[in-house]
Amino acid sequence: MTTRLTIIAAIRDVAAEQGKTLAPLNDDLPLMESGLDSLCFAILVARLEDALGADPFTTQGDGRLPSTVGELIAFYDAALV
Amino acid sequence: MVASGRGRRVATRDFTLELDRFAVAGSLGDGLARLEGRSVLLAVGDMAKAAAALIDLDGVARQIVLCPPGAGADALIALARASAADALVYDGDAPAPEIDIVTRVACRLPLAPLVAPRAVRFVTEWAMPTSGTSGPPKLVAHTLATLTAAFRPVAGQRWATFYDVRRYGGLQILLRALTGSESLTLSDPREGVDAFLVRLGQAGVTHISGTPSHWRKVLMSGEARRIAPQRVRLSGEIADDAVIAGLRALYPNAQVEHAYASTEAGVAFVVSDGRAGFPSSLVREDGDVALRVVDDVLSVRSNRAALRYIGANAPALKDADGFVDTGDVVALNGDRYQFFGRRGGIINIGGAKVHPEEVEAALNAHVAVRASRVFARKNPITGALVAAEIVLRDGAAADEATKRDILAACRAVLPAYKAPSFLSFVAELPITDGGKLARRG
Repeated sequence: MTTRLTIIAAIRDVAAEQGKTLAPLNDDLPLMESGLDSLCFAILVARLEDALGADPFTTQGDGRLPSTVGELIAFYDAALV
Repeated sequence: MVASGRGRRVATRDFTLELDRFAVAGSLGDGLARLEGRSVLLAVGDMAKAAAALIDLDGVARQIVLCPPGAGADALIALARASAADALVYDGDAPAPEIDIVTRVACRLPLAPLVAPRAVRFVTEWAMPTSGTSGPPKLVAHTLATLTAAFRPVAGQRWATFYDVRRYGGLQILLRALTGSESLTLSDPREGVDAFLVRLGQAGVTHISGTPSHWRKVLMSGEARRIAPQRVRLSGEIADDAVIAGLRALYPNAQVEHAYASTEAGVAFVVSDGRAGFPSSLVREDGDVALRVVDDVLSVRSNRAALRYIGANAPALKDADGFVDTGDVVALNGDRYQFFGRRGGIINIGGAKVHPEEVEAALNAHVAVRASRVFARKNPITGALVAAEIVLRDGAAADEATKRDILAACRAVLPAYKAPSFLSFVAELPITDGGKLARRG
């Protein structure tokens, strides 16, 4: 599965488990408007670490954090190079 | 110290001490005289020798320093330094420990005839380390008076304990046996729960004490019905409703009770109404045991508490009013207090606090769960998330459906951030030497 598909699937899984309604997912959707709260994000990041073997939120120290769904996917793609 | 009475004994798997014999025999030979008035480090290899040496030394030594089982050379040296020990009782069947103490006496079994009566002159202080896990252990001082204040000797009871008698919980049970009860059956570190239960059944044990973690192993054992106890006692950890209910169902003729105690504070109270927690009516300041709740933490003043911490730079054990801070967090729900765990064990999820024990109680309440361990998993977004390891009951399927069901049950009673975000099935949970769930970090 590509990084993109893994991340999108994980977002849907976490939202379902936590009972959150997701906004339509496209690359321009700001993460803050996705329907996920900070607990959901925390779980998502941990699940992605287990699934992809990377946690760029911990390892990428340059302070530029993703703000949209597209930037999130790119963030992980960069960490998996 | 040893009350007279025919046929009373303390039995380990390999050795039985006949308590009547201590009137004329001992385990320290003619070396006992050299220990008079000294601070004696007691470091022997098994509980039978420990029990014998304690009987020999009480009243003769000025201080007994009770080394926990499995203490290595470094730990012994640290204990000797903290207690200013100037004598050593070591295991006569093992090489003497590498420690710079000149006056040393071997402890041997079977008992040998005393060459002279014991010179009982001191109110001996019993020094023992607390079970705290952070930093070097602190030593507290007890006496026989504080150690026996929680019970009255009763004839005809056959006690047993999962604990090692060299720690406070097990020592309480040993002292019950020495001061009155009919017999005591002790565990063995090399013996599994099944074999221990068989031995307990053969001894006709009536009163048994252990931690909830010990008792969960019994609930999982095929030999649990070898015993028919009158009294089942839990202590050392929070006894949740699930383990209490499990034991009441397994032993319908037994009284199931949980005791709240620590090495520092002593035995504070016993709850026998079949429910976790304790009635708010216990929080009062009259009587032998006074309880206070300050900033959600329980503190105790009682005649069972240790006298003080030992050591040159030791902190004060008691506050200005004589209360010992237990470090145990409690919360009032109606007319009942529930235990929420250790002050230091809190998991912080983005500023919200979670007690592992609270989540464990919710997990353990699920029909498929036998035992659980909750811990923090580090997280870059919230600092930490709640993770759990589960031991399933026999017959429960270790699959995704079970996981979803357990998590759904948790989310029904806990806020989302407290329910585990990660759940894995394990065959068994790590248990410390003291019988408590091992919480790493």
